Amino acid sequence: MGVKGEGQGSVILTQLEWLVNWGRKSSMWPLGFGLACCALEMIATAGGSRFDIARFGMEVFRPSPRQADLMIVAGTVSKKMLPAVLRLYEQMADPKWVIAMGACASTGGVFDTYAVVQGIDRYLPVDVYIPGCPPRPEALLHGILRLHDMVQKGIARGASLRG
Amino acid sequence: MSEEPKAVEKLQEKFPEAVKEVGEFRGQSWVVVPREDLLKVCEFLRDDPDLNFDFLSFVCGVDYFPREPRFEVVYQLYSTKTHSRFRLKTRVSSQDATVPSVTSIWPTADWHERETFDLMGINFQGHPDLRRILLPADWVGHPLRKDYPLRGPESIS
Repeated sequence: MGVKGEGQGSVILTQLEWLVNWGRKSSMWPLGFGLACCALEMIATAGGSRFDIARFGMEVFRPSPRQADLMIVAGTVSKKMLPAVLRLYEQMADPKWVIAMGACASTGGVFDTYAVVQGIDRYLPVDVYIPGCPPRPEALLHGILRLHDMVQKGIARGASLRG
Repeated sequence: MSEEPKAVEKLQEKFPEAVKEVGEFRGQSWVVVPREDLLKVCEFLRDDPDLNFDFLSFVCGVDYFPREPRFEVVYQLYSTKTHSRFRLKTRVSSQDATVPSVTSIWPTADWHERETFDLMGINFQGHPDLRRILLPADWVGHPLRKDYPLRGPESIS
């Protein structure tokens, strides 16, 4: 945030940045798409009252990438699916974050074969990796909260703001 | 199940030249025919009033690398009239992995043959639209062949 004013010190600058980051983390809207079994845990996290992602201002899974801030890569990315995933990511507005959910999205998992991308971080800047096969909803929520912390602290600033 | 020996007998009687090999596995008989005779054998199996194999369950390929003939194409038949099953096989070499398409006899063979072509690299002559069905269109090679590297050629990813 490049706001500068007469007689206003760096304190206000810092606090405005804090405010913006607070806004970003408090209404981070995920993109509603899933690729494999991890997506079911994501749906349980998002849709069920038992885990209730709405507590963190995230219940609006957006059906359009234009309205989404967070891409949760939930599941195995096959090489045939990869172009579609990349296009969805490119269509998201900045700033945007990526969570690699589960073993497959993080590393390819057990599918060490010709057909599967060996970790989505070969193509997308991943902010948080969540282990598990699949991770339980608590693990996904924990990963999301870690991302919130990072956004609030300015560590994870969204791909376009990087370097 | 009791229908199958009859199918073998009928085939041997009708096409004594074509029936190269006969076998049985877990109560289900199978027959190997040369690819030149495949279409007329299939037509007979479908149209014969006693056999009536009107449904093709699946087509698949088997790679017996490094044996020659390397590939086997398997046709699993089912009769909705007699509720019996029958397995037909044909063998092709790696130099000329081509088999006549049975889409004209059982239209359902269309996608099965495309899959077999896609993953095993067997050409089905006379197929109306022999394109890849599972892999991306620009894929190189046929991954279910035994000599295909597990992670793909040169690790493309």
